[in-house]
Amino acid sequence: MTATAADATLARGKVGDPFSSAWRRRLPLLPALLYVVAVTQLPFLVSIYYSLTNLKDKTQSLIPEPTKFVGFENYRRIFSDPFFRQAMWTSVKMTVLSVVLSLIIGTLFAILLDRKFFGQGFIRTLLITPFLLMPVVAALIWKQQMFSSLFGVLNKVLNFLGFNSVAFISDHPLSSIVTVLVWQWTPFMMLIVLAGLQSQPSDVLEAANVDGANGFGIFRQLTLPHLRPYLELGALLGAIFIVQAFDAIDVMTGGGPGSTNIPYYVYQESIGGGFRYGSASAYAIVVVIFSIIIATFALRVLSSLFKDEEPA
Amino acid sequence: MTDEQRRGTKLGVGERRTVVAGIGALAWVVGLLWIFPVAWTVLTSFKTEEDASAQTLHQGLSFGRYSDVSHSTTGTLSLQSAFTNSLVVVAVSTVIVLLLALPAAYALAIRPVHKWRDVLFFFISTKFLPVVASIFPIYVYAQKWNLIGTRTVLIILYIAINLPLAVWMLRSFFREVPRELIEAAEIDGTNLFNQLRSVILPIAAPGIAATALLCVIFAWNEYFYALQLNFANGSTMPQWVTSNVSTRGNFLAKLSAASTIACLPVVLAGWAAQKRMIRGLSMGALK
Repeated sequence: MTATAADATLARGKVGDPFSSAWRRRLPLLPALLYVVAVTQLPFLVSIYYSLTNLKDKTQSLIPEPTKFVGFENYRRIFSDPFFRQAMWTSVKMTVLSVVLSLIIGTLFAILLDRKFFGQGFIRTLLITPFLLMPVVAALIWKQQMFSSLFGVLNKVLNFLGFNSVAFISDHPLSSIVTVLVWQWTPFMMLIVLAGLQSQPSDVLEAANVDGANGFGIFRQLTLPHLRPYLELGALLGAIFIVQAFDAIDVMTGGGPGSTNIPYYVYQESIGGGFRYGSASAYAIVVVIFSIIIATFALRVLSSLFKDEEPA
Repeated sequence: MTDEQRRGTKLGVGERRTVVAGIGALAWVVGLLWIFPVAWTVLTSFKTEEDASAQTLHQGLSFGRYSDVSHSTTGTLSLQSAFTNSLVVVAVSTVIVLLLALPAAYALAIRPVHKWRDVLFFFISTKFLPVVASIFPIYVYAQKWNLIGTRTVLIILYIAINLPLAVWMLRSFFREVPRELIEAAEIDGTNLFNQLRSVILPIAAPGIAATALLCVIFAWNEYFYALQLNFANGSTMPQWVTSNVSTRGNFLAKLSAASTIACLPVVLAGWAAQKRMIRGLSMGALK
């Protein structure tokens, strides 16, 4: 808008001079920036250091080993640890299933809500509610009320229909957790896709209608390409939160074969009972590397949405 | 696609009305099914324990379970202390987040620093770091500085969780403040504090409220840090809810009452702010 050339030179200013215009511009930013660096980046650097040592909780062993530097030993051991591989596979399945299912259901809900009907606002309010619940409460509701083999509503329904009871959580831990995650994250996807649907220019749709295109054709050839960045954004933001899922696992199964994802495994290996801080830190660093890979894609999608935005 | 299907999607005038009604009915069915676990839990919270465990309703509904859960046995985390802890931690962390994020958003949106885009993306990249990767060092230093079990440690961490989100959201709201107003204030020689107070805040107020609300929701619902760093008597509402799961005797009605109490404030707040929530959830990318 008013970003003139003179403004740009002013912004750069004279580096090093604390009273220059550039530093005066930076000053309001600094408290927030320093805070975030101190609380999120420094512990992470300490984690990298721990991952190169054999640090353990001294009170947990009879003959405490002195802490020493072991180089990349912890990292070498990661890939021969069958539990880590299993946790990795669980993480991938849990994240991909939850994201894809909540995205599909969320898109269908958004298409429904995009039409005008009686009680539209009320139904949208109902649909977003699971997303507002504490993750711990959502998991408890499903565990104790829906899935439970003793009191569970789902088994009551199955029995009523003449089927045998199913031990949902013990026999299908992953599907049970994915159900809860999908239940909570579908509203999130719905809101993002709904924003996409509502930003679609209506004149294009009308023109297509006049040209005699059918509803499905319009959806596939006009709406879906328009929704693409929104779907990508939803998938990537969802993935970033769901890959870190902890609460639902802790409450529903407390870990175990088939439901321990990588964050939960790192937790079990360190403060959750393993107390092998050195190797747990190495696992954590591996998780960070995977997160960075996902985040790179996420940031690319986000910045493509910012492309048309000029610096003010 | 067969001819019949094609006819089904291309609608005549008369058909359209029934389809619209059909979509409305379908949306109602879907909405009610989706909310069912919540509605069932709220209903259960008014039942007796016997009715709750049998999923029946013979003994009527009452507020009995609500009074049960608010009178806890000694030695456990009580509703009163969990609620106070949550309230203090959420309120203080949200206020500090806003105090830090408001000037930062100014420096990223209104008089942007050089490379404002990189700074913005640095903020958001910190949200992508898994919390487990840093929990152990945080634990070690919290112990060293005697912060385990205090509200302070949760306040420090919740600020870090919400600050990037708040900076992104506020920046997107600040961009909507008309340039002319800010330039006029600058010509008058108004300083940053007064510019924020008299020009920007009144216009961006609804956006700031929505930002604060989203910070409140995330802090209120946080479980992992509260569990790891602040167990027993110093802990917050999510911990209190899980403390109502008992291994002896029936607890379903009490657990439902506790869940309802714990979620109600945030659900009401979220309902009130739902129109603006999308911007925060998409990191300010969508309106």
